Amino acid sequence: MSSGSALEVVNITYAFGRKIALENINFRIKQGECTVLLGPNGAGKTTLFSLITRLYDTGSGKIAINGHDIQRKTTTALTKLGVVFQQPTLDLDLSVVQNLLYHASLHGLSRKQSVQRIQEELERQGIYPRRHEKVRQLNGGHRRRVEIARALLHQPSVLLLDEPTVGLDVPSRRAIVEYIHALCRSEKIAVLWATHLIDEVYEQDHVIVLHQGLIRAKGVVKDVIGQAPNAENVQQAFHFFTNEENLP
Amino acid sequence: MKILHYFRAMRGIMARELWRFLRQRERFIAALVRPLVWLFVFAAGFRSTLGIAIIPPYETYILYEVYIAPGLVGMIQLFNGMQSSLSMVYDREMGSMRILLVSPLPRWFLLTSKLLAGTAVSILQVYTFLLVAWFYHIEPPWEGYLWLFPALVLSGLMLGALGMLLSTFIKQLENFAGVMNFVIFPMFFMSTALYPLWKMKESSELLYRLAQYNPFSQAVELVRFALYGQFNAYSFYYTLVTLVVFLTLAILGYEPIKGMNKRKGNG
Repeated sequence: MSSGSALEVVNITYAFGRKIALENINFRIKQGECTVLLGPNGAGKTTLFSLITRLYDTGSGKIAINGHDIQRKTTTALTKLGVVFQQPTLDLDLSVVQNLLYHASLHGLSRKQSVQRIQEELERQGIYPRRHEKVRQLNGGHRRRVEIARALLHQPSVLLLDEPTVGLDVPSRRAIVEYIHALCRSEKIAVLWATHLIDEVYEQDHVIVLHQGLIRAKGVVKDVIGQAPNAENVQQAFHFFTNEENLP
Repeated sequence: MKILHYFRAMRGIMARELWRFLRQRERFIAALVRPLVWLFVFAAGFRSTLGIAIIPPYETYILYEVYIAPGLVGMIQLFNGMQSSLSMVYDREMGSMRILLVSPLPRWFLLTSKLLAGTAVSILQVYTFLLVAWFYHIEPPWEGYLWLFPALVLSGLMLGALGMLLSTFIKQLENFAGVMNFVIFPMFFMSTALYPLWKMKESSELLYRLAQYNPFSQAVELVRFALYGQFNAYSFYYTLVTLVVFLTLAILGYEPIKGMNKRKGNG
């Protein structure tokens, strides 16, 4: 385990039957680093997230969170992990606060701690006054904010977000993108953000371009742009790395 | 501190299940109406055609309604167990099962807690049913209601574990209709819920054997004896062993290696 890595993915290969979903995936994310996992639909992003959260079993290779191997020290590793899944995972018939209390209990927070942390996270996102409303009554953007608040309740050091802005309107998307980047800076959380929306990438971010189960490029934004001939921005670099003609 | 974590998680899982149940009034009413229809309509209709001899735990001749009441208690728990498995398939499709499975606790503990939560809901349903049934002259002794509680915990866990096991095989919500036809109905009708074993033996030896080894029959008998303040050791051990078998298989089914990793990812 290299020092300072909050998330370490080493030599991960995964297949569904004969179909290889991920091949030889390697990367590290440090504390306070925001890494955007860019890839078109079907690139293997969700599979990678399922492996990091141990919903799938790592056949070969190793994944470690804060130095704890997810395979061997699963519960210790998961303690420091916050996740926002691609699919909405809130209970629509329960209130915002009930949903959050449920999550806090799964992470062993006391009632007092839970109430305090829920207030902090919801206030930070400006939705504390709506805490007693049923989730069903919230719009898509607010539901996502609740999910982000939930993922942060237990103060994780690694936050995974699997396409959290899909289906949201532009202002909601912008608010979430800005919020997560601010979080990276202020809380020093390591973020792995999967998306296929290039405008969600900030200049200071790290980028991993995933396509057909392989990492095509990785590094800070300007390095990734530099790796693609004639590319002047992330969008052009992304098109280069995911263009069939440029595949090795 | 770890024990406290386990305790809080279990409390949270149970609270969630109860909140959900209380918010879904239709589910509560449906769970209550189903056995009551059987009691008021089916049992009333069959009262004159089915004579029940004196068999333990009863000490006198009884009305058919009295005989099938424990069977209907079993029915509530059977449907509840299957409903829990339906909700697990739904949760898995919708993603909320992931929230549970990525919690920093062993999977066996999370699944067992979920099972306990489902059983708690079914016990609430059963006591509500028995309260209504009391006004319909289903009047077991008072201590029977107390003895019933541990029996309901065991039978509820066993039927819930069966539901959980089934949910590991069902990949899509649409396939759940099959459970109705191939699990709930055969289990219910080939059991001692509606007719005593000796009655079945008279008509079919095969049916008699099937009913005898049907775990649902043993759960019903455990409940029947408990409701009259008696302990049926055979039913107890049979239910306990089937619980262990179903739960172990369900937990194995939810392990990452054999469980979700076979399902197709979409990212």
